[in-house]
Amino acid sequence: MAPRPRSRLHVPHPPARPGDPVDFSYVRTSPAGEMPRPEVAAPVATLAPLANELVRVLGDDHRAVGAWDPHLEPDVLQVGLRHMLLTRLFDERMQRTQRQGKISFYMRSLGEEAVSVAQAMALRPGDMLFPSYRNQGIYMVRGRPLVDLMCQLLSNTRDMCKGRQLPVMYHWKDGNIFSISGNLATQFPQAVGWAMAAAIKGQDDVACAWIGEGSSAEGDFHSAMIFAEVYNAPVILNVVNNQWAISTFQGFAGGEQATFAARGPGYGIPGIRVDGNDFLAVYAVTQWAAERARTGSGPTLIEHVTYRAAAHSTSDDPSRYRPKDEYERWPLGDPVERLKSHLVALGEWSEERHAALAKELEEHVTKSWKEATKFGTLTEGPKLDPDLMFEDVYKEMPPHLEKQRAQLRAELAAAAAERGAERG
Amino acid sequence: MSARQTYRDALREAHRSALGGDPRVLLIGEDVGRYGGSYAVSRGLLDEFGPDRIVDAPLSELGFVGAGVGAALGGLRPIVEIMTVNFSLLALDPIVNTAASLRHMSGGQFHVPLVIRMATGAGRQLAAQHSHSLEGWYAHVPGLRVLAPATVDDARGMLGAALDDPDPVVIFEHAQLYNVDGTLTAPGGDPDIAHARVRRPGGDVTLVTWGGMLPRTLAAAAELAEAGVDAAVVDLRVLRPLDMATVYESVRRTRRAVLVDESWRSGGFAAELSARLMECAFYDLDAPVERVATAEVPIPYARQLEEAALPQVASIVAAARRCLGGSA
Ligand SMILES: Cc1ncc(C[n+]2csc(CCOP(=O)(O)OP(=O)(O)O)c2C)c(N)n1
Repeated sequence: MAPRPRSRLHVPHPPARPGDPVDFSYVRTSPAGEMPRPEVAAPVATLAPLANELVRVLGDDHRAVGAWDPHLEPDVLQVGLRHMLLTRLFDERMQRTQRQGKISFYMRSLGEEAVSVAQAMALRPGDMLFPSYRNQGIYMVRGRPLVDLMCQLLSNTRDMCKGRQLPVMYHWKDGNIFSISGNLATQFPQAVGWAMAAAIKGQDDVACAWIGEGSSAEGDFHSAMIFAEVYNAPVILNVVNNQWAISTFQGFAGGEQATFAARGPGYGIPGIRVDGNDFLAVYAVTQWAAERARTGSGPTLIEHVTYRAAAHSTSDDPSRYRPKDEYERWPLGDPVERLKSHLVALGEWSEERHAALAKELEEHVTKSWKEATKFGTLTEGPKLDPDLMFEDVYKEMPPHLEKQRAQLRAELAAAAAERGAERG
Repeated sequence: MSARQTYRDALREAHRSALGGDPRVLLIGEDVGRYGGSYAVSRGLLDEFGPDRIVDAPLSELGFVGAGVGAALGGLRPIVEIMTVNFSLLALDPIVNTAASLRHMSGGQFHVPLVIRMATGAGRQLAAQHSHSLEGWYAHVPGLRVLAPATVDDARGMLGAALDDPDPVVIFEHAQLYNVDGTLTAPGGDPDIAHARVRRPGGDVTLVTWGGMLPRTLAAAAELAEAGVDAAVVDLRVLRPLDMATVYESVRRTRRAVLVDESWRSGGFAAELSARLMECAFYDLDAPVERVATAEVPIPYARQLEEAALPQVASIVAAARRCLGGSA
């Protein structure tokens, strides 16, 4: 008799480590144009295939095909390309700026630009966005000047966060973009709560939130799903599956046996797995989910299959845990290149126009940086006054803070006097 | 004489000997495997001990601390690493409501031999959500032992002792200490997890502190010495159960006490120390107890703001002088 099998601890192991040949055989793809596009009010039970297949619009021939083609005008596509390219060039420059010691920290969204840009474009200005730290593209779409983002990175006198938050953790109330949290996944249930409020007030605005696949292991994800389903909240919940959470591959977030989108139906929410590097597909599924939410059919979970092409942050060195050439072999390509090739195929774009656009945007970044540094850099003034940190803890400053502020002033004055005396 | 090593290296060595010495010990946490942990404490250990003992975890503090409780109940001796203390807030429920209370609630039937390590503290420009000093919160909870190693001896010695403890132990590693180096005074470090230590004897004023504030407090004592003030420095090391005898002994001699606490002033751990001094050493004191603590604001990011918010050498020196009646 064969011995009875025993339980054994399974510790997920990534398909390839540094030095190994790249292996993306686990990424299941579907041909472009293959998936049907259901009615937005379709019952969840009928939507299961969307969670396991892959919605794609752009084919290998760079043409848009199938029911999910959003039929966007070329000028809209060109705007999308512009925002994605600007995001990429801004990221590149800020990365170099960090390497030169001019800012302390940065996080790039290289390879994932289509997610933020296409989604923000598919939504309305009144829709509330709850980003993670890798969604800078939404700031491009909503038109926040680069100078403002740079001043936040520099933590200078024009910093929107007044020197209080980590670089890239932008906040923009007037642009309907919620604060980025340094603690993962908190935005998910908060987006659901905002959507519940919209429903209570009878508005047709929707909330849209993003988290990484790694963060989808946090309890916040699961609580958000429950609340979204129970209250039929008008919310779009996005899992950006870029394969890596710092050094931990997506298998550690539960991606080995099921897709992330497939969690949706388990909660009674439609799940859509989309090619996250296909601008048109991302746009189309977002449009679908937004329409579903706005018209009372409730939440949607979208999994964007993409790849984190850059390091996790400027503090990370991915060559320690994954093969160097993974991105070159990523089966879903590069989102900027793919949209560009589509426009070229349509006869609406060319290498020359692309080069000219890149040059224009580069110059814009350079000019913005010059402007931003006028308000202070890490080394040169003007600088924020430490006094300011006592403000905004409460609307009115309570007495204990008045006292602590007075003590700090006295200590700083004494230290300055001492330095003066030493020099004098 | 052993060679100099960093606090981080001492911690790694402590893990190595714990893992090597007891097959029930395992380390679990975010990015602890190939990456070596967010502060590189476990770097290299995956190759030595394999993925079943240096276990990468899904990003869920609630998940891996809760699972740590379960694995401890299942007979293992897990070490759970939480990237930083603020993320431990997601796991407060298993720590406070289960691990700390279970022995008591079950009438002594169950106990949780779990070790939870986490980085703590500010000073690295990581802003409000990554710079907390909440060890005082944990020190409030009966059933937990709370350690704050501040030297390489303690980094090397405390982990093994914590694993031998049949009850849950929470270890706070101040992020500013990982690169600090020193020399072990004994090969296995200092395995005492019950007592405070006098790091510098002195007769004029007692400076009491722990963890990341120790180097700064010692620097303040050195500065005071230049001005002719002989300050004693007591390193608490263990915040719960608290060894006050060592503190009282020093205060009895110096008749003055300054408490240096990186947490926010109102309701901080220094407030507890101050209350105990008032209860048990009131007649030994010649001056009111002074507290040096962090400004009560979420820790800002910009360097000059962060520095202004935190206790600095100058503020410790100033407090000592106030305590001495301005006579120094
Ligand atoms: C609650 C919490 N735990 C851990 C961290 C540390 N941390 C920051 S980013 C990160 C990885 C997140 O990966 P993922 O969600 O996949 O997003 P990605 O970085 O790939 O965009 C971790 C572990 C944190 N910031 N907050």
